[in-house]
Amino acid sequence: MGDFSAEVISHIDRNYIMELLKKGERSDGRAFDEYRPIEIQVDVVPAKADGSAIVRLGATSVIAGVKVLVGEPFPDTPDEGVTMISAEMAPIASPLFEVGPPKEDAIELARVVDRGVRESETVDAKALCIESGKKVYMVFVDIYPLEHDGNLIDASSIASNVAVMTTRFPEMEMEDKEVVPTGKLIPIPIKNLAVECTITKIGQNLIIDPILKEEFVQDCRLTVSIDQNDNLTAMQKGGGSGPMSLKQIEAAIDMSLERSKDIRKLIEQAVRSKK
Amino acid sequence: MSPETRPDFLITPEGLRLDGRRPDELRPIELQCGVLKTADGSASIRQGKTYILAAVYGPRELHPRHLTLGDRAFLRCVYRMATFSVPDRKKAAPSRREREISMVMTNALEPALFLEEFPKTVIDVFIQVIQADGGTRCASITAASLALADAGIPMRSLVPAVAVGKADGKLIVDLGDEEDKYGQGDVPIAILPRTEELTLLQQDGYFTREEFLEAIQMGITACKYIHELQKDALKRAYAKRAPEGSEEEEEGGAGYENDLEADIGDSDYDEEDER
Amino acid sequence: MVPGQLLAEGRYHASTGTYSETDGKVYSALVGLAELRGNTVEVVPLEGAYIPREGDLVIGTITQVAGNNWKVDIGGPYEASLHANNALRRPYDEDISRYMNIGDVICAEVITFDRNSGPFLSMKGRGFKKLTEGMILEVSPAKIPRIIGRQGSMINMIKDLLHIQTVVGQNGRIWIRASDIPTLRIAVKAFKMIEEQAHTSKLTDRIDLMLQEEKAKLKGTQGARVENEKDDSEKEDSN
Repeated sequence: MGDFSAEVISHIDRNYIMELLKKGERSDGRAFDEYRPIEIQVDVVPAKADGSAIVRLGATSVIAGVKVLVGEPFPDTPDEGVTMISAEMAPIASPLFEVGPPKEDAIELARVVDRGVRESETVDAKALCIESGKKVYMVFVDIYPLEHDGNLIDASSIASNVAVMTTRFPEMEMEDKEVVPTGKLIPIPIKNLAVECTITKIGQNLIIDPILKEEFVQDCRLTVSIDQNDNLTAMQKGGGSGPMSLKQIEAAIDMSLERSKDIRKLIEQAVRSKK
Repeated sequence: MSPETRPDFLITPEGLRLDGRRPDELRPIELQCGVLKTADGSASIRQGKTYILAAVYGPRELHPRHLTLGDRAFLRCVYRMATFSVPDRKKAAPSRREREISMVMTNALEPALFLEEFPKTVIDVFIQVIQADGGTRCASITAASLALADAGIPMRSLVPAVAVGKADGKLIVDLGDEEDKYGQGDVPIAILPRTEELTLLQQDGYFTREEFLEAIQMGITACKYIHELQKDALKRAYAKRAPEGSEEEEEGGAGYENDLEADIGDSDYDEEDER
Repeated sequence: MVPGQLLAEGRYHASTGTYSETDGKVYSALVGLAELRGNTVEVVPLEGAYIPREGDLVIGTITQVAGNNWKVDIGGPYEASLHANNALRRPYDEDISRYMNIGDVICAEVITFDRNSGPFLSMKGRGFKKLTEGMILEVSPAKIPRIIGRQGSMINMIKDLLHIQTVVGQNGRIWIRASDIPTLRIAVKAFKMIEEQAHTSKLTDRIDLMLQEEKAKLKGTQGARVENEKDDSEKEDSN
């Protein structure tokens, strides 16, 4: 994460977090399975983006925007539209992010959010076909963290989902081998909704939705993606090389299954608020 | 978003612009400080539909070391547009236009800063354009100078900026997106308000000598108005933090003075405190 | 005051946070509160990075061991150095990491800092040592004078009311040790409140009031717990 000396976490900070965990507490008073307050704002770029959302997760904030373009399908999926999710850990969001091209953690962030959307088949790719083999809709989701206080993954996943589900884009049709707008605005066809929950392991403790200081002392983290039928559709273990036992993984999955329900409600509420 | 087409005229027979403004009228402007908590200083600007965030980090250690200046701080501006901030999705990688604007912003802000106060450091200014509807480089400078003040960077003054131009033969202030694209000229300027010296000056299009000088005068007048809004935003930001019933600024200053003298003296970590 | 604002003209001189031009007028360079001291005018900033001054007490984290020096992160744009001669009694081991290593937190004094070099720290003197236990709270360095108060009035009030130990670093770091977590949280709340409202007056009174209220609340819940235990044990007796 860059070569700023702020990366050395002091023994006092580390021990303080560990001592609190031993007593069943966290520095901000949350329970181990409690999320920070979540705020979702829809349609924050109404004049230029097709869909957008800002999500605040405690002091972390992320903006996601959607543009739907017309392009050619991939050769092996001629009648399917394309969804591409990318993220940029721009230095605006944290003293830890460097000026320059995306490094591994930005790529991991994008791919983890992408996997959540893709594996759950959130977007109905077949319904994004205009003409098989020739023209399909391409959904571009771009995520920009604005303030980093931990758990960019979950904040980005919520923002990404809300932006996609509130997108309205110009409908196109084929006319004499040309793509022309019909004049209608249509939503992206949605089949599912995957909620991602990230759980951090510190010592033998599992805590959900880590703040930055907790991420600094984590052994590793596990992100679990859960669809609307409570199926597990994607997982990523990262954020450190500490191992996790099967029991811990099970416990993390159970925590995610529980908490994802509240997150799902919040997302659906935000989506409904868009007229 | 429907595809954009060139409007039939930019100034109506009644002398009004596309959005109903008079030629010398600015779009509604909203400025706010302290909007991004991770940064040392920050500001947001809404100017019509243009919406931009500015964050300042610094002075801080500079990496890579070879950019360090021995006698002053290195000012680094990075201007980036979100892919979804414009109607045709902008590619994620920095474009030449973004790099040029980054450089021009640095030149516009430098004369206002006391960089000699912090040798061998960097002051980073990060601009994230969320929605672009004309005048983004000027709005960025306006927001950036506010963010610098919010971060406590010593400055000669704030730096207001605005773009003047020409449409259908008339000189206009604060170009909107279509006026920028389809008008007859674009002159972005930034000034140091007290002396009216220009720190940013670019021009494209066709102007007679008289037209050009008149345009600059209109720009300076508009900048002075924007400067009042900037000062207002700063005052609001710290007035907000005072609870109800606390005295006015003057008295507050005196009260503060009484408590201000710090006894730096001894550390109060005594030998006796050790167990 | 905001940057560029006219503060004074004529016989006044510019001091910190201000500048003067050839026209003899003094202007603010910062967002802050203006003060007249004699015939100088200065602006006390509301924000700003930590710029070390000789004599400052700072709290830092060791980030590197390089020969006979430790590199210390004290916040702000300048990394500090601490030479073993200024921390250890001779003779000392060649491998100084045995005494203090990466991640250790120290409280030390800035002994040298100028444009060309430093800052350099020293731990010789009363009270400078490695800190352990407790927690470190980071606040804006510009607010530290307010947190200390005139001759320590604010910090001492907080320490006395809550029975806690603190070390306040000029670099915006405050080390706090309390006997329990709820008390620690009240202390953090107090410091954050001062940070928010540093530029207002009658702050000491408001902090005092807040602390009294929070302490009462704490006693309340503790009292209730004791009462419940008493009830339970009485119930058992009567059975």
